[in-house]
Amino acid sequence: MKQNNNKPLPKRLLDKFAPTFSEGGKLSWLHSFYEAMETFFYVPTDVTKKGAHVRDCNDMKRTMFMVIIALVPTILFGMWNIGFQRIDGADHTIWQNFWWGFWQMLPSILVTYIVGLSIECAFAQIRKEEVNEGFFVSGILIPLIIPIGTPLWMTALATAFAVVIGKEIFGGTGMNIFNPALLARLFIFFSYTSSISGEAVWFADARTGATPLGELANTGTTSVSMLDAFIGTIPGSVGETSTLCILLGAIVLLATGTASWRTMLSVFVGGLVMGGIFNLIAPATPVTPTEHYMALPAWQHLLLGGFAFGAVFMATDPVTSAQTNTGKYIVGFMIGALAILVRVFNTGYPEGMMLAIIFMNALAPVVDHYVVQANIGRRNRRAKRAAKTINA
Amino acid sequence: MSKVIKIKKGLDIKLVGEAEKQVVTLSVGERYAVSPLAFEGVVPKLLVAEGDKVLAGSALFYDKAHPEVMFTSPVSGSVSAVRRGEKRKLLAIEVMADEQQSYKPFSIDLKKASREELVAVLLESGLWASIIQRPYGIIADSKDTPKAIFVSGFDTAPLAPDMNVALKEDMEAVQAGFDALKVLCPNVHLSLPAKGESILEAVQGVEKHHFAGPHPAGNVGVQIHHIDPINKGEKVWTVGVQNVAIIGRLVLNGKLDMTKTYAVCGSQVAHPQYVRAMVGASLVQVLMPCRIKPQAGGSKFRIIEGNVLTGKKVTANDYMSLYSSQVTVIPEGGELELIGWLAPRLNKLSVSRTYFSWLMPKKRYNLATGVNGGERPFVVTGLYEKYLPMDIYPMYLFKAILAGDLEKMENLGIYEIVEEDVALCEFVDPSKQNLQALVRDGINLMIKEM
Repeated sequence: MKQNNNKPLPKRLLDKFAPTFSEGGKLSWLHSFYEAMETFFYVPTDVTKKGAHVRDCNDMKRTMFMVIIALVPTILFGMWNIGFQRIDGADHTIWQNFWWGFWQMLPSILVTYIVGLSIECAFAQIRKEEVNEGFFVSGILIPLIIPIGTPLWMTALATAFAVVIGKEIFGGTGMNIFNPALLARLFIFFSYTSSISGEAVWFADARTGATPLGELANTGTTSVSMLDAFIGTIPGSVGETSTLCILLGAIVLLATGTASWRTMLSVFVGGLVMGGIFNLIAPATPVTPTEHYMALPAWQHLLLGGFAFGAVFMATDPVTSAQTNTGKYIVGFMIGALAILVRVFNTGYPEGMMLAIIFMNALAPVVDHYVVQANIGRRNRRAKRAAKTINA
Repeated sequence: MSKVIKIKKGLDIKLVGEAEKQVVTLSVGERYAVSPLAFEGVVPKLLVAEGDKVLAGSALFYDKAHPEVMFTSPVSGSVSAVRRGEKRKLLAIEVMADEQQSYKPFSIDLKKASREELVAVLLESGLWASIIQRPYGIIADSKDTPKAIFVSGFDTAPLAPDMNVALKEDMEAVQAGFDALKVLCPNVHLSLPAKGESILEAVQGVEKHHFAGPHPAGNVGVQIHHIDPINKGEKVWTVGVQNVAIIGRLVLNGKLDMTKTYAVCGSQVAHPQYVRAMVGASLVQVLMPCRIKPQAGGSKFRIIEGNVLTGKKVTANDYMSLYSSQVTVIPEGGELELIGWLAPRLNKLSVSRTYFSWLMPKKRYNLATGVNGGERPFVVTGLYEKYLPMDIYPMYLFKAILAGDLEKMENLGIYEIVEEDVALCEFVDPSKQNLQALVRDGINLMIKEM
């Protein structure tokens, strides 16, 4: 016992409850949860048994945590913006607006984490694996990309769908084909279309209005300036409005090497190129919504809607994006280009980013296949050449 | 100097405890042993019993699948023990060395001898086992003639021995060894470091290549890939450069002298330096002149035969095998770390810029054996590629191995790699997978099915 007292408090608590959660203990059905807590507080003390005796100190927790860090500016700004966008938002102080937005957003964050992590723990328990860190990121992404007014039951249902159908049936984090957070939004989009599209959804109660993209489609102009769109003081999903905060996140992701610069850059290039093409073919006096979109300067596309957020935090998901470096350029470019294409031609739903990413998630393995096939081709040609020289 | 081949991908893991450039030569000492486990894929058939007298060069066992391949005693003396494990698995044959060494005579004159005669002598002397075939990294088949023989003249692994120190007294033997290899296959490639003057520049009659860049530039597999890659159906041989010297001594003196110079290194060695000892020497003997640092209460250390990336965990009661040229002693990890994944961890090494190692490129680390995280499926992409300087998609190859898809493994380059080539991928992997073991499983599956 004496030795026990030398241990720090969390360790003592963990040790104390270890038998309860172990096999045969009262709460053994929560073992995966206990293990998640244990490895959260203490890095597993395992030493190498096979292969390299020393290992890099980076692990999945650190990697995933970096994404959360990168999201912090966006989250904080988003909370403030919820408050600012209410009808009398401008009359309140920064803190009042932030506090109001914080309480608006907290329930949906809690709901996503509780629903998602419960399902993750249950599957980890069944598979006798450790709980994967992947959902720590998905769990915060979901509240950031759905409308703030989304009913909590809908959030819960969408999260459950994303985790079970999007991830667990494929085998969990690392095996999934589609970005789980986007699947949650997709689920709401297709199942409760009237609640997510149209003009009235991007605000917490007290005020309704259209997003700049919606406005643009309807009237051909938007009431927001591009500076507002860059800083983010515009209506929209919590996470997507501030291009500035998203760029801060991008700097964190790229400086730490957590996200692929190849994907990120290619998405923006793809968007610019497609936007530029439309600029060239747009009629001089746009009339229809599509023509309005065509005429929107390409760089402004990147500031509006979910484009930047998708490019930085969604398209770069290593599991669902392309896995080869060449593939990353191609898939990134296609996401950017498709997002603008959908925006321009599907004006009923003025946001192409989600569909573009989901679509390219599905195509990424195909792109990779051809990249890898090229490698195989090189190897086979080399063998043929060698065989020829021997025969000659 | 020939064209320098620049390796860009890779990583030099800088550790404390580099061997000082001085060589201690050990006397013959007492206990030696040969373990069949050191030879990949060999099923041993014992040829001696406890109490038998043997000469240096007498066969102790042979490979059941290749009865011509003998494994011999490095010293003369009497067989003191035959160690067996579960299911009577042969673990080691121990030989108590005589004070005066006597040698089994092997006579070969390279100027007159035919290739067959040389092969026969190598097989009988136990040195055939030093010739490793690629693909698969197994002992070469004596009936084959390879496309080429590759020797790496330098080692870039963490704390690896400097060949200029290790081979200083062996240059005559090294040349004789290369002459012998040329009889086996006229096409012999020797890779040398582009930086610094290698003692091996003096070797005549081989094709020399120069490599620059971080580890694994010194790995023979990487060198082969850049000089003349292995295609399907081709076989090449590789020999460790110190084992070339042992072959040379056999050719020059007509007797088996398995002396090697080991770098004894690592943070837990009190006097890291070079030790000249014979293959089969006990680790107690090799570690004696260098000593392990006294350990503070409760802390443990790990002795590794080889380097920290590819070596084998051993105890002081084990013996040096034919293939290693280094002994590393590092602290055993496993300390409690409160929320360690969030800590700055200034004393740990990471290639990830989420830590600070990249700001201190010159820093030497005292790394312990902790895994630093839990095992996860493949998540991060594009990382392995940075540490495998070959035109190979490592993650696709790993997945093909996991799926047991032979055709894919073949197409994706399994013939070109062995465990050591993916050791750095394993080091950097945030998913903490055992990739070297995975590659061996894949190779064994290929051997079984092809």
